[in-house]
Amino acid sequence: MDLFEHQGKEFFARYGMPVSPGEAVFSVDEAVAAAERLGTPVMVKAQIHAGGRGKAGGVKYAADIDAVREHAGNIFGLDIKGHIVERIWIEKASDIAEEYYASFTLDRSAKMHLGMLSKEGGIEIETVAEENPDAIAKTWIDPVDGLTDEACRAWVAAANLPEAAFEGTVEIMKLLYTAYDEGDADLVEINPLILTPEGKMHVLDAKVTLDANSVFRHEDYAQYDATQPRDEREQAAHAKGLQYVGLEGSVGVIANGAGLAMSTVDVVSQAGGNAANFLDIGGGANADVMAGALEVINHDPSVKSIFINIFGGITRGDEVANGIIEAMRRVAIDSPIVIRLDGTNAEEGRVILAPNLDEKLMMEPTMLDAARRAVELAS
Amino acid sequence: MSIFVDENTSVIYQGLTGSQGSYYGRLNAEYGTRIVAGTHPKKAGTEVDGVPIYANVGEAVEATGATASCIFIPAPGVRGAVMESAEGGVEFIVAITEGVPAHDEAYFYNDLKRNFPDVRLLGPNCPGIISPGKCNIGITAGHIAKPGGPVGIVSRSGTLTYQALYELKQKDIGVTTCVGIGGDPVPGTSFIDCLEAFEADPDTRAVMMIGEIGGSAEEEAAEFIKNNMTKPVSCYIAGVTAPPGKKMGHAGAIVSGGKGTAAAKMEALADAGAQVGQNPTEAGELMARIVAEL
Repeated sequence: MDLFEHQGKEFFARYGMPVSPGEAVFSVDEAVAAAERLGTPVMVKAQIHAGGRGKAGGVKYAADIDAVREHAGNIFGLDIKGHIVERIWIEKASDIAEEYYASFTLDRSAKMHLGMLSKEGGIEIETVAEENPDAIAKTWIDPVDGLTDEACRAWVAAANLPEAAFEGTVEIMKLLYTAYDEGDADLVEINPLILTPEGKMHVLDAKVTLDANSVFRHEDYAQYDATQPRDEREQAAHAKGLQYVGLEGSVGVIANGAGLAMSTVDVVSQAGGNAANFLDIGGGANADVMAGALEVINHDPSVKSIFINIFGGITRGDEVANGIIEAMRRVAIDSPIVIRLDGTNAEEGRVILAPNLDEKLMMEPTMLDAARRAVELAS
Repeated sequence: MSIFVDENTSVIYQGLTGSQGSYYGRLNAEYGTRIVAGTHPKKAGTEVDGVPIYANVGEAVEATGATASCIFIPAPGVRGAVMESAEGGVEFIVAITEGVPAHDEAYFYNDLKRNFPDVRLLGPNCPGIISPGKCNIGITAGHIAKPGGPVGIVSRSGTLTYQALYELKQKDIGVTTCVGIGGDPVPGTSFIDCLEAFEADPDTRAVMMIGEIGGSAEEEAAEFIKNNMTKPVSCYIAGVTAPPGKKMGHAGAIVSGGKGTAAAKMEALADAGAQVGQNPTEAGELMARIVAEL
């Protein structure tokens, strides 16, 4: 789950990290009112789930209220990498002496947590990694030990920050690790972490991704789930508890298991077509789940044919077949359906489907045959 | 022969009293797996389908001499269940449960490595392991696997594991062991662990590998194949046409270092000498050709 910057700052503040006061607003009038409460100068910052906001004109300094009105007016509705700006964060402006970069994430290869710190902040860290890799100090953290005081100091020292920044950075890195660890984050990133002219460390940006699997111990994370960017189709599928990702093509895909669903999208492409979606109905494809999946796909106007690809492991083919027939009774499906059914009780499933087969419901013996047929019907 | 589990493996099911655990436990027992105990802290002394329930894994091991455990505990309890198994004295732990937080996985992976270096964990979020005709621990349907050899299978994806077994059975090719390592960020057992074990197993003479986009496990496996494998490998990577997965911010992009796409993985594997199929069927056909020439 990706957090907006302002949600990330609220998250950081809970762990005692220094962030600026601010307000999230949804209209120009709200922006002006917030700036009046906070007192100018303020920063006017677009809130989207993507980087590159500054370059796209989504982050502006406003010296007075007129500037707030002007910038907010320009930023609302701005299209940044396909994300339309609908919320803005108004924040008290800070004086900056230096800008640094700091993050924690899981290094899947090392199977440990990785901390990265650099005095080259405020610019894209990929650029630093490419042009000046030595400017990034890295520390690998065994989760059993956590980030010890000793390791944290050695790591911050390796980043070669000015002396004025050292103690403050050590303090913030410990808090950031606690937020990462206790908050079950996939990523916490501060860019920039600033040193003010008064010699104080301050968090000026926040990028936080939380682990959706951890919500059982973080009930308040439901608020973040509610603000995830989803198109209409994805929202409908999410409400039904289906694993769905919208794509651009015309063949609707339903499969059991994420790997098989991905593989189904692959074979549709190899057959010369394009999948309209990735949809994993998981194990135990009963009538309710199948009906829900067909409903979601049926609502997608770009779908011209539907490919149901089921491999019965523990899921039984006869139950899947009954599920499809029951689902078609409940939902009027516009596009023709091609089914590939294999594995456990596939033969029984095929017998159940046989009397129902017509030009709207077809069966093919293999995954590749079914992909070819579905693509043919979609073109 | 087979790897990790065989007809002598005796297994404790943690969560045997639950709906999932009892359902798959029964199927695994019908297949011939030696299920000697279940555990539940409050149901010690009872039975499930004739299998005795003990309060914890330690007591179950003491009473039965079991060497393996299988976890069907809901996600919040998995971290505790894995460590209970290791402390209880089993050598091989299979965690089927999906939805385990990544931080928990990283924690018990490193805890096991440090304090129980001889214990092997498979999963979490995996279909389990089957040595056809001998032992089936997890949720794979046993009848889709042909016993014998000469092929070993290792897969990151659940349903594609079944698909791989099925492709080979259609071609009348037997399997020594099929390991589903799961697709989570920190799997207990890696591709390389399985490739190494297959390389050492005399009855396994070729390996089929099924990967997925994301992470760099397949690239690491390719390195291992290039430097350490004498046995032929066929493979398939799911997600060739998937749009780039959700990038985990800038830090995540650096960790993966441009790795993670299906194209990069397929290229690495082909460079390592593996035969790369464009879909599971093609990977199966490639394996059939390999087997014919053994």
